[in-house]
Amino acid sequence: MADVDRIPIIKMGEFLLVSIQVDMHDRLAITLQDDLTASIVKNHARGVLIDISSLEIVDSFIGRMLANIAAMSRVLDAETVVVGMRPAVAITLVELGMSLSGVRTALTVERAMDMLRESLGSAARQGSVDAARPE
Amino acid sequence: MPLGRSDKLPVASDGDVVTVRQRVRALAVEHGFSLVDQTKIVTAASELARNTVVHGGGGIVEIDVLVEGRRRGIRLTFRDHGPGIPDLAAALRDGFTTGNGLGLGLGGARRLSNDFDIQSTPGDGTVVRITRWR
Repeated sequence: MADVDRIPIIKMGEFLLVSIQVDMHDRLAITLQDDLTASIVKNHARGVLIDISSLEIVDSFIGRMLANIAAMSRVLDAETVVVGMRPAVAITLVELGMSLSGVRTALTVERAMDMLRESLGSAARQGSVDAARPE
Repeated sequence: MPLGRSDKLPVASDGDVVTVRQRVRALAVEHGFSLVDQTKIVTAASELARNTVVHGGGGIVEIDVLVEGRRRGIRLTFRDHGPGIPDLAAALRDGFTTGNGLGLGLGGARRLSNDFDIQSTPGDGTVVRITRWR
């Protein structure tokens, strides 16, 4: 695999899309975490999609990075969905002791987009109800 | 018994951790491990290689293919000359960490392996050996 020092972040409307296509060393994972949080703020993103369908393993370090991104994006008012985890990776991750309990997951990008739109839609409705309520 | 000579790789940097993962994966594929077994041994290798770098101050891994009757195994021996682990029982418990990780490294690697052995002498270093059988 090519040696890269950054994972590209693609802006799609209100969402950011990241597709991890390389076997990440630890520093690269930390860089991605930093770049992504900066990018959420800069682009006022409301959702983050992380495609990990190319990843052959997720160890505790990468698992922690995914959990961190989900937690940080939540604090910055954006939802994260992790997409396309391979079955063997899921089995191994649970046996390793990580359940990624704070991380939303989807099997396909389409389904992840639906999840993000749904949560944005319900947040928007909730917002308009709050706005309409008299003080 | 080991088949052929062991393969020795340095484990001293982030990049080495990736190289170890790739070498173990290639060997597991070559010896017909199932996809789940490949994933487990590669993940265990990644955890232990990172421990060697972060806690052991770098070291080496010896990679062996074992043959026992009809079964085959991949054995990984990580050696470092770091500070060693004073309390092994604590280090094997999930959630125990002296670094900034989750403390799943050792316990997780043990669960992902069929055989697991660790020897550590404070001041002298640590040897962790795991085997996954096909």
